[in-house]
Order: sequence, then structure tokens, then C-alpha cells
Amino acid sequence: MTFLRVVWLVMRKDLLVELRSREILYTTVFFAVSCVLVFAFGFVREGQPMGDVGAGILWIAVAFSGTLALGRAFERERQSETLRALLLAPVDRPALYVAKLLGVMTLMAAVQVVIVPLVALFFQAPLFEHFLMLAALLFAGTVGFTAVGTMFAAMLSRARSRDVLLPVLLYPITVPVIIAGVRGTAALLQAEPDPAAARAWLSLLVSFDVVFITLALWTFEPVMTD
Amino acid sequence: MKRGRVGWRILLIWVLLAGGPALASVDAQQPPPKAAQDEFVPLDQLPPQEQLPAAPLLIAAYSVAWLAVAGYLFSIWRRLDRVDRDIAEVGRRLPRT
Amino acid sequence: MPRIFLPLTLLVAAMFAYAPIMIAGAPIESTMFLVQKIFYFHVPSWFVMFSGAFLCAGASVRYLAKGSREADHYAVTGAELAVVFGLIGLITGPLWARKAWGVWWEWDVKLTLALVVWLTFVAYMLLRRYGGPGSEKLAAGVGIFGAANIPFVYYSVNWWRTIHPKTTVVPTLGPGMRGTFWFCVLAFMLLMVLIVAARVRLERQRALVDELYLNLED
Repeated sequence: MTFLRVVWLVMRKDLLVELRSREILYTTVFFAVSCVLVFAFGFVREGQPMGDVGAGILWIAVAFSGTLALGRAFERERQSETLRALLLAPVDRPALYVAKLLGVMTLMAAVQVVIVPLVALFFQAPLFEHFLMLAALLFAGTVGFTAVGTMFAAMLSRARSRDVLLPVLLYPITVPVIIAGVRGTAALLQAEPDPAAARAWLSLLVSFDVVFITLALWTFEPVMTD
Repeated sequence: MKRGRVGWRILLIWVLLAGGPALASVDAQQPPPKAAQDEFVPLDQLPPQEQLPAAPLLIAAYSVAWLAVAGYLFSIWRRLDRVDRDIAEVGRRLPRT
Repeated sequence: MPRIFLPLTLLVAAMFAYAPIMIAGAPIESTMFLVQKIFYFHVPSWFVMFSGAFLCAGASVRYLAKGSREADHYAVTGAELAVVFGLIGLITGPLWARKAWGVWWEWDVKLTLALVVWLTFVAYMLLRRYGGPGSEKLAAGVGIFGAANIPFVYYSVNWWRTIHPKTTVVPTLGPGMRGTFWFCVLAFMLLMVLIVAARVRLERQRALVDELYLNLED
């Protein structure tokens, strides 16, 4: 079976399972919305949002809900012992990684479709003015975050204390993604938008994505093998 | 030489050799900070931060460094000791089986 | 214990004994005065931290590629070194900064980079401790990712900070300071070699105990 076919089959399986119950989708979206709300109470004073808080809150909500989604996605695999079945299958291990990555990214895209307008609304942030640039930043950032996250979540699915260890491991490594995402988005939101700066941050995100996906593809097999 | 005694000796030597002169030299550094503690200092371009005495910070910093290193070495030594005891314990039990 | 152990310990102890004398004798820096002397232990601590981080990453690569247990021992040692000496750096730094800059902390490139790398290796140690069986391989992945992350954190924080420029006082080393500084660096590096030797031995002995217990059960 070719690499792409494996990716497609596993991803299709995950999406079908998810579509039937929609459990992870609804709970993650709701969590992201609650996150934004909590920040709204924290950072909005007398009806006025503070500074370029919108950018920060958007990315924090993405990071938090992403962590949750990753944990849940692999928890489901662990419960049905399907992870072991997948690992036993005579397929390229990296293909499993890519399939999981794409599955979680689809979920994150759905979440972002909900919270981007919400953040724009609550924090009066003109997120739709440079829509393509914003979409590019969100995409590249999500790829980076999810690439590292899928790797760690897969590694941890057979470890103890996995729920708390995932954020512990994930956040320090994804600091550049958060910084680049927030600063890039903020560059678009400020009084005089700076698309050049946003492009610079985007290029940092893209190089991060390339490096870490490559690393993940290299290390996925040896790490998941006993 | 039994490993346990070697460990103690090494730690003791280290602490004595390192701690002694360290204490001595810190004492020798006491006089200069007096200038920093007074508001009036005969130097131009003195930033307002000079009012904060440097000596306590310096001493605190070096104490932290010494204590951390000594503590870490001690913890390694202690764990080595425990592991050697475990090995001895297992070694005693093995011939019986 | 390897024969080099005792003489190396004596050498390191002697260097650390002599270091304060050199430090006291070094010229006082003209803008930061006395508190700048924290520098002689602060910077070597960071050197050890980054060396530990790279040791961990390199050993992790070898562990994942070759499956060598020995490499895993070195990986843990590197990570532990990074945590301990990073902590020393993170405490001595603010103590110095309070006097030199007036604030305990600043989102300067080096500080932020150091903090993030330190946190990564704390996470590594947490994983080793609480991850249960099989966490050595996962930790190896973390070590590699953590080291690969270093340039990215550096660049992202650097770009972030250049938009809000801050003046930091970084002394250029005059002759009296240079000698003292490199002496302290050497002392710390030799200390690191000593610690690596001891710690790797600890890991080897632990692996031996586990193996012996397994044989016992047979």
C-alpha cells in the first residue's frame, strides 16, 4: 500500500468515527469558546479591549483547545486498543503519523472557524481585513503546533500521567509558534497594519513546520517501537 | 578503599578546599559596597540603581551556586551509594537460588 | 570507580577554591560595579546548561538510531545537568539583574531562550520520572525536539524584542576580567566532566541492578 493510501485510509477512519459521535468536535469547540469568554472577562475593561489582546487570545485558545483535541484523539485510540493494531499493520509508521496529523488539523480548522469570528466580535479586532494573510498564519501555526503535538501525544499514549505530561512537553517546544503566530496576527491588527512583518513571521512559521515535520517523520518510527 | 569512604572523603575535600577561601574572599569584598549604600557617591554618571547594595545580591548569587552544585554532587553520591547497596543485596541473594 | 575520579575531583575543588580569589582580584566593572562579579559564575553555568542540552540531544539521537543503552545514560545526565545548572543561571541572573537593570526579569532574547530551553529539559526530567516504563524513548524524542527548537526560539524572541528595543549592559571583557572568566569557565567545564562521569556510572549501576533482579526472578 502506498504511503498516501495509508494516510487516506487512516484519516478517513478517524473522521468517520468522529462524525458519528462528534464528541471531540463539540467538546473542543465549546472549550475554545469558553476559553475566549474567560479571557474576555479577564482582559476587557469597561467594554474596551486592551491593546492587541485579540491576537494573543486567539492563539492561546488555539493552543489550549489543540492540546485538548490531541489528548482526546489519542485517548480514543488507546481505549479501543486500535493504536496497537495500527502499529502492527505492515504499513509505513510515518504514514500513521501524517494521517493523525491531518485528522487533528481538520478538527482544529473547524474550531478556528468558530473562534476567529468570536474573537473578532468580542475584542473588536479587525481579523477579516487581511483575511488571506491571517488564514496563512493560522494554517502554518496550526501545522507547527499539531506536528509537534501529534508526535508527543502518540508517544505519550502508552505512558503514565499522559494527560498532564502532554502540555508540559508541548508548550516549551511550541513557544516559537505562539510567538510568531501572535506577533504576526498582531501586526495585521494594529492601527497601521504591517503585512511585511506578518510575512516575516509567516516565513518563520513555515520553516518551523518544515523542520519539525521532518524531525517527527524521522523519529516517529524509533520512538513508537518497543 | 571502600567506595563509601572514598565518596565521603571526596565530598569533604571539595567542601573544605572550595568553601574556605570562598568565605575569606567574600569577607575581603565588604569595604567597597559601603560607597554603594550611601546616596552620595563621588562618581559621575551614577544610575539611581546604585542605592541598592550589591553585596547581599552578590553573596546570595554565589551561595546559590555553591549550594546547588554541592547539593547536586551530594545527591549523586547518595544515589550511587543506594545503588551499590542494592547490588550488594542482590549479589547476596543470587547464590542461594 | 575509574582512576581519574579522585584526581579530577581534587583539581575541580582546587579550581573552585582559587576562583573566588581570582574573582575578588578582577577589575571592577565601570557601569555595574561589584554586582557584575556574579558574571563569573553566571555565564559558565549557562555554558554547562547548553552543553548539557546538546549532550542530551546528541545522546538521544544515538539512542533512537542505535538503541544503545549507554547513550540513554548520557542523555539523562545531559538533561539533569541542564536543569541543575540552568536553575543556577536563572537564580543568579535575576539577582544580578535586580542591581544592574533595576528589574528582576526582562523579556530579553537570551533570558527568554534560556528559560524556554530550561523548561524543555525540566519537562524531559518530569517525563523520565513520571512517564512510567518506556519513557526513555519518548524522552529521547523530547530531547531532540528541544535542541532543534533552540534556533527557532532564538529567532522568534529576537524579532519580537527588536520591535521594542531595550538597552542591556553587556560588558566587553577587559584583560583582567578575561583571565578570570575563562578560568571559571574551565572550572565549570571540568566540574561538568566530573558530574557526567559520576552520573553515567549511577545510571549504569541502576541498569545493572535491574538486570540482576530480573536474573534473580528466573
